[in-house]
Parts: sequence; C-alpha cells; structure tokens
Amino acid sequence: MTTELLRTPLHDWHVAHGGRMVDFAGWSMPVQYSSIVEEHHATRNAVGVFDISHMGRLQFFRPAATNFLDTIVTRRVTDMKRYQIRYGLICNEDGGILDDVLVYSGLPSEGAFSMVVNASNREKIVAWLSKQQSAFPNKQFLSFGDNTLYIAMFAVQGPKALEILQPLFVGYEATSAVDLAAIPYYRFTFGWLGSQSNNHTVSVSRTGYTGEDGFEIMCNSNEAADIWALVIAAANRVGGMACGLGARDTLRLEAAMPLYGHELSETINPIQAGLGFAVNLKDRRFIGSEALARFAVDKSQPVRIGLELAGKRVPRQGCPVLQNDTVVGEVTSGTFSPTLEKPIAMAYVQPAAQALGMKLQIDIRGTQHPATVMPLPFYSRKKD
Amino acid sequence: MKPENLLFAKTHEWVAVTTEGGQKVATIGLSQFAVEALTDLVFIELPKVGRQVAAEESFCEVESVKAVSDVYAPVAGEVIAANDQLADNLELLSNSPYEEGWIARIKIADEAGLKNLMDYAAYQKQCAEESH
Repeated sequence: MTTELLRTPLHDWHVAHGGRMVDFAGWSMPVQYSSIVEEHHATRNAVGVFDISHMGRLQFFRPAATNFLDTIVTRRVTDMKRYQIRYGLICNEDGGILDDVLVYSGLPSEGAFSMVVNASNREKIVAWLSKQQSAFPNKQFLSFGDNTLYIAMFAVQGPKALEILQPLFVGYEATSAVDLAAIPYYRFTFGWLGSQSNNHTVSVSRTGYTGEDGFEIMCNSNEAADIWALVIAAANRVGGMACGLGARDTLRLEAAMPLYGHELSETINPIQAGLGFAVNLKDRRFIGSEALARFAVDKSQPVRIGLELAGKRVPRQGCPVLQNDTVVGEVTSGTFSPTLEKPIAMAYVQPAAQALGMKLQIDIRGTQHPATVMPLPFYSRKKD
Repeated sequence: MKPENLLFAKTHEWVAVTTEGGQKVATIGLSQFAVEALTDLVFIELPKVGRQVAAEESFCEVESVKAVSDVYAPVAGEVIAANDQLADNLELLSNSPYEEGWIARIKIADEAGLKNLMDYAAYQKQCAEESH
C-alpha cells in the first residue's frame, strides 16, 4: 500500500537541487543534497538552511488558551510573556512523553499561542488535544487549529546565520528593520523580509536544533519559495548551503538534543531523559504531573547518557549496552560525529552504569566494542 | 573492468569471473549506483581471508554516517583475498568502483549462484526503477 506523501512548499526546489527524497513521517523530505558531512560542516563553520516545514504547527486562540495549555505542557504557560518561547513536553497520565514541543506566546497575535510539534506526532497530538479540549471546563473560550499546511518553516543555523539574515530584513515607513541581534535566545518577533517593493511578513525566532546560534523563520506557504531563494543565495555567498535531515540528525546528536522516537517515547519520562529543566511541578497540576513528581525522586530508573567509541564502527538505535557481559541498557541514537570524527551515541542505562568515564561495551551486530561514558553535549559552540 | 563486462546481483554487488589455474574465481565489488547511494562512508569491515561463505550471505559491512550496509557474497566459496587498500582509502569505492575499489575475491565452490546474477543492461533497469 502506498499513500501519497505530503510535500512542503519547497519540494520542487529540493528535487531540482539534487535532494535525495525520503519518506519522513509521511512527508517527502530531503535527507541530503550533496553529502551529510559537507552539509554538517557548512552549518558548524558558516550557515546551514533547513526546510522544516514538515513539523507540525498548531495555533490556540481565545482567552482560555493559556489555562488550557497549562494543563497540557510540563512547563508553566500562564507566566509566559509575549514573544517568549518555551521548550516543554506533553506527557500522558503516567508521565510518558507524547511529544516534545515549543510553545510560542503571542504567535500569531497577542493572547494567542502557537505550538510546534514533531511531524511524526502531529496527528497524535491533535487527537490528544481534541480529547483534552472536550474535557476542559472552559472549552467554549478555547479554539485551536492545525495550520501546518498553510505555514512554512525554515531553520537558518550556524555562526554566519545572523550575518546573512540581517540584510534580508527591511523596514516599512517609520518602522526600521528588525534587529536580529537583539532577539534573545528563545524569543521571536515579526519582521519584513525581502525588498521595499516586494516583502513578506515572517516571524523569526532565536531557536534551533543544531547546537549553533541561529534562527527559525515562519511564513505563509505561498511565499515560502521566494523567501527560501533569498536565504539560500545569501547563505551560498558565505559558504553556506541547504541541508537535509541527515545533517540535522548528526548536528542535533552532537548537541545531545533528544529526538522523538529515539531518546523520547511514551515509555520514557522527562526526568530520566535529562529534561528535568523542562518540567515545572511547583504549585501547578498538569497531565502527568503526579507521576512526574514520583519520577523526580526515583533514582532507580535508567538514565540518558552519552557514549564515545574508539574505533570506527557506529552504534545504532537498539544496540545493547553492556557492563561486564551484562546488558545494562540500549542505544537510542548513534552516528559517526563529523565534528569529533568519532562514533558517538546516546543510550539509556541503569543508574550504576552512568558515571562519567565509565568503560562500557556496545554490542554492534554481535561484536562488543569498548565505549566510554562522556559528558553531554558532545559538542558546544564557542560563545563570544 | 568495464561494467558492461560484469555481472550484477540484485543487492548491488558486481562480479567478475575469471579462471585461475583451472579454478573459477569471483572478484566482487559494489556498483557505482550502490556506492553513490551510501555516501559519507566511514568504515569497511572486510571479510577474513579463508572464510567460507554461502551465496547471498552477508560477508562484509560498510558503515556510513547514516547507516550500516551489508555486502552479500554473490556466490558460495572461500574468500581468498580482501582489498586491504580500502581500509585507509575508502574513497576508492566511489572513485574506482570497478577497478581499485574491488572488495574481495572468492574461489567459487558452487557456480549455482551465478545464475541469479544479471547483466549490466538488466541491472541498469533495476537501478532506474529503484531511483524512481
């Protein structure tokens, strides 16, 4: 059985530029254009531009949106200031992770919220929210919708992201162009991108999934191709390029950012995933909060760690992790790190096997390979 | 060697059959199509010389950034040589897939496996369908 894959507004561009298209969560997406390693280094050293229009974009309106989301998300929503963005989790009653999300306060308008969810979880989360909405006491003061197909989204990531993007923004009459450098981490604003005579309204946030400084831009789908062309041309002038999902994965893995379906799932809770910072239990209740309060003090559960290997064999999801021939855990993601030029992995292991520097073994296709527990992230950018 | 003169397996290995001292030997490599599909190669785990392999058995593994791929023995027999040059020069696989990028040589024990191989024209057709 084949079902028609969804396409982002940039699908034709990807195909025309050699994108190797794969089925990712029901979307036809480029895994790479040239080489994953080349795209990875372009992002670390200059700038990488990623089409992330496949991610789910939900919008919440009306006065009850704040209180509703506060019952859904592990982070507090009620105290968010306009233009603020928070990373949080959506959990089930047992504290298992349904998705990791970004919540935007005041997008697209004052009092409204937007939420970016994983492509693979979009339909599940929409169904979950609908179910919670019907049980929500003030549901008549709440509406939400899924605008994924009407909005495009790009990530522009790397040390030259600011330099290439700033000149693309223009002012209008007495309003000057957005000063991107003034946008703090995890904030967004609106701006006009293009030229005086032909410009596009976009939202631009200081967020990303690569471990580099950078921005994410949202715009109307029908304007996406024009904006993408401007950004790519600017990126190409400084050694940057379009990057596919392959580089997005190696970049986020070096930065130890969890990926749903790998480090996160309904059988993993945020505490053991090392995402305690994104769980706010004080003076509030949300779905899963009681379970998470128990997990918060439970030192017996498997925990997420980083592993580095000496050879060149690459551990992959599902590889057993051993200590003295006893299985103590399992790899959730692994790759050959283009920056460190070593195989790296994230895994969940028993607490007794989590100490930094500990020597463990990873079973890769029937052969044990030595691995060392390393601090996460594997890579952090130099901050000036 | 020109690809037109080689046989190909469904799993993208190429085979050149020669006769050496009355014994049929298969030289095996990965097709250009396969190597291009892998990209970002990291490591090759070559088969050990002396190993007995069955037809269609995985006898070599190629690691790329994205995934690990098996190389299958197109014919049954004994591995009599492996291309040690590849260990430090993985680019040979892509730069010279049909010459310097050869992977192993097998002394053929059973020629039955050869019947399952296709010629270059048939293989190109398969590749065109896969890349569609």
